[in-house]
Amino acid sequence: MTAELLLQSIQLSMPEIILAVGAMALLMVGVFSGERSTSMVTGLAVGVLIIAGLWLLLVTGTGSAFGGAFLADPFAKFMKVLILIGSITAMVMSVGQAREERINRFEFPVLIVLATLGMMLMVSANSMIALYLALELQSLALYVVAAINRDSVRSTEAGLKYFVLGALSSGMLLYGASLIYGFTGHTGFQEIAAVLAADERSLGLVFGLVFVLAGLAFKISAVPFHMWTPDVYEGAPTAVTAFFAAAPKVAAMAMLTRIVIEAFEPITPDWQQIIVFVSIASMILGAFAAIGQRNIKRLMAYSSIGHMGYALVGLAAGTQAGVSGVALYMLIYMVMTLGTFACILAMRKKEEGNVEEIDDLAGLASTHPFMAMMLTILMFSLAGIPPLAGFFAKYFVFVAAIEAELYALAVIGVLASCVGAYYYLRIIKIMWFDEATESFVPASGELKLVYGIAGIFTLGYLFIGGPIGAAAQAAAASFF
Amino acid sequence: MEIGISHYLTVGALLFTIGVFGIFLNRKNVIVILMSVELILLAVNLNLVAFSAFLNDIVGQVFALFILTVAAAEAAIGLAILVTFYRNRGSIAVEDINTMKG
Repeated sequence: MTAELLLQSIQLSMPEIILAVGAMALLMVGVFSGERSTSMVTGLAVGVLIIAGLWLLLVTGTGSAFGGAFLADPFAKFMKVLILIGSITAMVMSVGQAREERINRFEFPVLIVLATLGMMLMVSANSMIALYLALELQSLALYVVAAINRDSVRSTEAGLKYFVLGALSSGMLLYGASLIYGFTGHTGFQEIAAVLAADERSLGLVFGLVFVLAGLAFKISAVPFHMWTPDVYEGAPTAVTAFFAAAPKVAAMAMLTRIVIEAFEPITPDWQQIIVFVSIASMILGAFAAIGQRNIKRLMAYSSIGHMGYALVGLAAGTQAGVSGVALYMLIYMVMTLGTFACILAMRKKEEGNVEEIDDLAGLASTHPFMAMMLTILMFSLAGIPPLAGFFAKYFVFVAAIEAELYALAVIGVLASCVGAYYYLRIIKIMWFDEATESFVPASGELKLVYGIAGIFTLGYLFIGGPIGAAAQAAAASFF
Repeated sequence: MEIGISHYLTVGALLFTIGVFGIFLNRKNVIVILMSVELILLAVNLNLVAFSAFLNDIVGQVFALFILTVAAAEAAIGLAILVTFYRNRGSIAVEDINTMKG
């Protein structure tokens, strides 16, 4: 690689380099100033993420870097902005709970920055090797983050479960990648696509495809690889769960989109069947399994499984409209999830600390009207009721599926979302019509800000949706 | 008998299967799960190196080296989490990982 090419590569990957260098610098700051430095490191970490985001938006161009292993295109840019917003919001939301639960170690923001770096590389990865390394950078940081409350059985158990199943999924992904490498002779996505377009596809390659998709389905917690999600969501500290539910899902979905649309484009019918099956299974399980839940974090876990199913509906279509639907879905899903988790973090009683039972929300409308209002809007939106944002997210993916003649998928999706509406509405009923018990302590300013913005975004999506939809379409256009 | 690519792939597939079964059928000890994960990664490495030699292409070996590195990091983190879990729970038996249902 000549110096000129190297320079160009560095320019294209500058946001990632900022994060990598920033994470190492923050680690140094933390190590040398000891445990008291947590709030400073958190502030600096948010600063690093914001600088990377601004650089990404204002400076970085498009093109491919590092011999084709790294691709900076409009789709990657769209997803990276989402990831950065998700990470920053989750980090800001974590401050209060981290202090209360004594998990305010300076490693936490550093690990979040490293995980974010991994996610951004996942979105840009354009070869199997880059994909695996980025995925592991993200996963290894997340395993530790899940077990960050190292004095709690539940947190360490969540970390252990996440680690075992995550390692298994990485293994499956790798086995698939090795078969794909063996049967095509390449690891780059474009080269794989070229070989697939030229030759008859072999059985070994289909095996490889299945293993890769299974590994990726673990990461987006789609059925049948969802088993870890409820336990990890319940066991990890709520601030960590809020992070898990937002940014890593966006990154994994973006990576899945890139690999099937770019590398496996010539064998679309093969992967389409798998995605359709996974999507239907996720939507149905997300709708039914959440009904009996009493813990709101477990409920959100099943809700996120269901939402990944809906997002996969758009991917199954495999068209430009479908991919733009996926991008839009991930944006709206992330806003709704972060807003809901801000409300969950605000569920804090004087003596007991943070509570997680749905019944604790009883009578919220009379004690905390603003929070109840916002949570109601978010729940209606998660259920997909018009004219809120969640409705538009579902509308675009279903329309894409119908245009691609996947009628059964769209019908099952609509039915599943009707069933799913039940448990969202149950939360609303508990908040507005049940007798109030002990009231929560007033929410901290940053949580109010997050659920306020999320609620207003979902409510006002009708008016601001135009430019956002256009951005999603421009992002999807980079594949076609 | 000539040892060809299919023999290597068979061994790789067997190792991979043993690894996966080791994770799911093992009811005793989490350390065994960590060993099974390593076994899966070794199966992948064997596959990659065999393909690399067969295709006369160096990329597979580079990939295998990366996997070796990451596997080491992964084992370190897994053992660290296991130690913290043991401190809290006093056991690393698989059936004791049950504070949360599911």
